[in-house]
Amino acid sequence: MTRTTSRRAVPAASNAPRSRRGSPPGPVRVASGQGFWGDDLEAPVRQVNGGHIDYLMLDYLAEVTMSIMQKQRARDPRAGYARDFVPLMERIFPACVERGIRVVTNAGGVNPAECATAVAEAGRRAGAGGRARIGVVTGDDLMDRLDELLASGHSLGHMETGRPLAGIRDRVRSANVYLGARPIVAALAGGATVVVTGRSTDTALTYGPMAWEFGWPRDAWDLLASGVVAGHINECGAQASGGNCSAEWWSIPDLAGVGFPIVEASPDGSFVVTKHRGSGGAVNLRTVKEQILYEMGDPSSYITPDVVADFTTIRLEDEGRDRVGVHGVRGGPPTPFLKVSVAYSAGYKAVGTLVYTWPDAVAKARAAARILRERLDRLGLTFERVLVELVGWDATHGHLAGDPPADLPEVQLRVGVRGTERAPVERFTREVAPLVLTGPPSVTGFAGGRPRVQEIVAYWPALIDRRAVEPGVAVDMVEV
Amino acid sequence: MAEVRLVELAHARSGDKGDIANVGLMVYDEEDYPIILKMVTSDRVKKHFKGLVKGPVERFELDNLHAVNFLLHGALDGGGTVSLMTDAQGKVFSTALLRMKIEVPDEVAERVRGRGRYPGGGAGDSR
Repeated sequence: MTRTTSRRAVPAASNAPRSRRGSPPGPVRVASGQGFWGDDLEAPVRQVNGGHIDYLMLDYLAEVTMSIMQKQRARDPRAGYARDFVPLMERIFPACVERGIRVVTNAGGVNPAECATAVAEAGRRAGAGGRARIGVVTGDDLMDRLDELLASGHSLGHMETGRPLAGIRDRVRSANVYLGARPIVAALAGGATVVVTGRSTDTALTYGPMAWEFGWPRDAWDLLASGVVAGHINECGAQASGGNCSAEWWSIPDLAGVGFPIVEASPDGSFVVTKHRGSGGAVNLRTVKEQILYEMGDPSSYITPDVVADFTTIRLEDEGRDRVGVHGVRGGPPTPFLKVSVAYSAGYKAVGTLVYTWPDAVAKARAAARILRERLDRLGLTFERVLVELVGWDATHGHLAGDPPADLPEVQLRVGVRGTERAPVERFTREVAPLVLTGPPSVTGFAGGRPRVQEIVAYWPALIDRRAVEPGVAVDMVEV
Repeated sequence: MAEVRLVELAHARSGDKGDIANVGLMVYDEEDYPIILKMVTSDRVKKHFKGLVKGPVERFELDNLHAVNFLLHGALDGGGTVSLMTDAQGKVFSTALLRMKIEVPDEVAERVRGRGRYPGGGAGDSR
């Protein structure tokens, strides 16, 4: 393959605008094509073909995704990234090259370099050879540096509990720092038409392109904060355009062909949330507000590597059908820290289910749960936690669901166990099916076989001094 | 005064951050925002979720969006991959909050009655 590597650190602090556009720049359309690894595979294709866009952002990473990828890389040094991204690029490469659409994604997972290699091959198969350049962002993966960092005084204590990482060091599976927009801007400045990162913040995939296009200085806090809001709206795909909307959900049209959100950004930071004409779903004040509130902490302090955004300053405006304007966002300087996402092995769990039917479905399911627990006790099995839920009655709303209706037609008994040792959890998985012949009657729904024992890979959020990370962040270029 | 459920005044979305579930609550009509501020306090929400939320409940106001954001600490049995709960990611604490009953002036109750529920009917009445 033709790989021209121009490895270099991200350009040092510079407040000089570095935009690719002449002035006055017009709006830039950043389309959301993927809200998580496993999202609608056709959505990015619809975004590319459904109308004009300048950028396609694809978010593939959740907190646990990195540890899954780490496991895949351990088995195969060429794996460890969002594989769906490669066939997707093969499909959309011709259109992207033809129309100058740039793709920005965190699909690189724990192996951005191999991801880029695979994408470059896909690009050549798709006839994009010599017409595209992949910018590869690395430096977020701290796994190989962990002991060095701990030894030099970075405790990586748990953000909530304060416990030091040393206590679980031997069980750590992955450690990645959330990088912001700067390496993405550097990649775009280097002519990348596809930017592949590892653990970038989800929001940076949207405001990185905005910062580059408009040449926003790195201390333009309000502009960057506005970009963060745009990123937050884009990062969960259709959740901003009618999907999972609790406000009169039945009134949202054509979710089968839901249009994913598009941020139409202006140089002054303001933007319009919209979607392609003719696509399904809806973009209105309700759908946008719901996404703004999603996974929100303290809204006045939304911390990112580049800026702290104040979501209480957002002004929304109904700008007509499927258009919501966003103005007035304020922000302030970022903290001296970056967030680290550590994944570690934290025991085992299994969940078993059975379905009990009328009459007295709830009473039967409860009796079965009692019998099961007694058998586990008699076997001398102990667990850190046993959870019994009745799906169809109280599994999600608990006592708020009230008393079960007397004639409830059916209920699913769902029993979960968790423990530090594998063996008791393994034995539990063999105790569920016997209830069918040895417990209360009118039971079914066990065709799936024994429950599966799952290793728990838990999430450990920590902070690190950004000076320990930033010098190691780099952008490579891979020619397609 | 009359009793309505929050589902008639507001819509909601929830999500997770570790062992914390967040619920964003947004009114349908801006004029009802003060009612939410007054009636849906963090104490009231903590009582509503008694037994389901182990830790404190925090409330943040977004006057700009006529919305409030609740953080329910210790709601998710350890959260994420650790949790054994069906709703390990706190996705439906939103609707659990919308069950809450609050007292509102009669004219408000009349205006909002029946809103927020599927008009095609469907199974059962609201409890």
